[in-house]
Amino acid sequence: MTLPLIIYRSLRQHALSTVITAGSIALACGLLMCVWMVKTQSQTAFTQTTTGFDAVLGARGSKLQLVLNAIFHLEASPGNLAWADYEMVKRHPAVKAAIPLAVGDNLRGYRLAGTLPELFEKVEYAPGKKFAVQAGGRIFAKEGEAKEALAGSFAGQRLGLKVGDTFHPFHGLAFDAKNEHADTYTVVGLLAPTNTPVDRVVWIPLRGLQTMSGHDAKAATDVSAVLIQLRTPSAGFMLDLMYNKQGNRLTLAYPVGAIIAELFSKISWFDQVLALVAYLVALVAAGSVLASIYNSMSARRRDLAILRALGARRRTIFGAVVAEATCIGALGAVAGYAVYFGLLSGVASVIRTQTGVVLDVTARLPVLWICPLAMIALCALGGVVPALKAYRTPVAETLAPLS
Amino acid sequence: MLAVSELKKSFVAPDGERVDIVHVPSFTLGPGEQVALRGESGSGKTTLLHLIAGILAADGGRVMIDGAEMTALSEAKRDRLRAEKLGYIFQTFNLLQGYTVLENVVLGMSFGPRGADRAHARETLERVGLGHRLDHFPSQLSTGQQQRVAVARALANRPKLVLADEPTGNLDRKHAGEALTLIREVCREHGAALLLVSHDELVLGQFERRKDFAEINQSSAVLQPASKKPDAG
Repeated sequence: MTLPLIIYRSLRQHALSTVITAGSIALACGLLMCVWMVKTQSQTAFTQTTTGFDAVLGARGSKLQLVLNAIFHLEASPGNLAWADYEMVKRHPAVKAAIPLAVGDNLRGYRLAGTLPELFEKVEYAPGKKFAVQAGGRIFAKEGEAKEALAGSFAGQRLGLKVGDTFHPFHGLAFDAKNEHADTYTVVGLLAPTNTPVDRVVWIPLRGLQTMSGHDAKAATDVSAVLIQLRTPSAGFMLDLMYNKQGNRLTLAYPVGAIIAELFSKISWFDQVLALVAYLVALVAAGSVLASIYNSMSARRRDLAILRALGARRRTIFGAVVAEATCIGALGAVAGYAVYFGLLSGVASVIRTQTGVVLDVTARLPVLWICPLAMIALCALGGVVPALKAYRTPVAETLAPLS
Repeated sequence: MLAVSELKKSFVAPDGERVDIVHVPSFTLGPGEQVALRGESGSGKTTLLHLIAGILAADGGRVMIDGAEMTALSEAKRDRLRAEKLGYIFQTFNLLQGYTVLENVVLGMSFGPRGADRAHARETLERVGLGHRLDHFPSQLSTGQQQRVAVARALANRPKLVLADEPTGNLDRKHAGEALTLIREVCREHGAALLLVSHDELVLGQFERRKDFAEINQSSAVLQPASKKPDAG
């Protein structure tokens, strides 16, 4: 019990510096784990979020913009494509399903997207998972009344929509109260949460969006994009050849995951900057352990000399100081989990609000044990310098002034 | 119990000159014997105790404690021997201020053969009249009580030899007398030999066997406290 007692009393005696130092380690550890986790999780979540589609067909332009617009509902549409293009791709033997999508309006900042009810009836947004409507609601009708709406769970919750509510859409993707459409839509259902970007959209029939008052009548049959499911993965390359290499009017974004991965590789420098900052914070934290214990050594010299006079060996003293630094590191690492969960929950919430993509905050990645252990090891290393100073404390000389 | 022969220690004075502060040709102490050494400040009494305790390394000579040659041991072995065989009572008590009374005694024991025996530490503290102050910190005790903690800490391990360096130097007459009686009694109860150094005639007068430090130390150098390095007592 000697060593634990010495460590405990020393930590108690220097409680303020212990708390501050452990706090800085917690911050460093939490930041490191969070940066790593957000990086890994967001990359995984974004590249796996295809909402059930293999490819997106749209107007000639950037594949990334097409995917962001049609799958993630983030970017503006690069342009429209004619209904005939949709019909043609739908009939292609390699295509299993094709769902048209029209965008360009919003409901108080939440995107309004026009599509066919098949999207919610036939498509699996993730393997084995189909869309479901919350109790009391239904999917908008395919024929007849085009002024119905089905709200994504997150958009419905944020907008306070319920079945039977009516609303007027606003023109454009950004909310501007002056751009209100005259048309009135009735909410007929709310989707169950899917943890995909679909949750952030208010869905209306394709026809309803195409024929909305104020829209160009000449483009009344155009669509913004076509979401495509392929019969086989290799079919994508065939369509890629057809649209991207041989054709020059349309763009096929395929495969969806690879295009998003490309985006992440383009912004990898940002990850590296974040990681560098986190590493620097970790180094500063370890340095603060060293400085904090080292600075307190003058005050502790007498205690150490007394312990030596009582029979404590040099290596016991050395071990006690290193163990104390290790304990501060361990305290910081444990508190680091609180920082990590706090930060990650906040970041995950922002990502979900902005993109609809949900990070798995409970995922157990190796970084969650490697980082705290490395931090503790770094602190132990930081304790070596003051431990050497303690090791060299001359007993007789230190006890002299008062004895 | 204790046999010192040709023990030498010198220091470098501030003017750069080497000064022999201790040269004890011969000194012995039998088991359970109690001896007081009289000497002036700066005469090297504390240095002698430090050399006997192995806190300082001698320049030459031998210190035998209970059959073990302290001066021939490595530092780690000297630490072990000190923890096993010696109890040290300092003039300023040298209690660990961040530890409770009980912890001070337990820590003192933990480096010795008995280990951290809390029950025995408690008993020893009860013996010196501090059973009701176990969880107090040294700063919460009177000077006399702090001295009793130091006595308990030095004796809890049942050492063969107790070294006491001006143990009553910080106490008033009444408390000094009580502390001295306690130290001597507890040493007797534990069968420990006692070597006490002091310049206080009232303290020295209580010992049947007392010696002038100058008699056993052939070095006549006296260091001024301000120039001591380390303490020359």
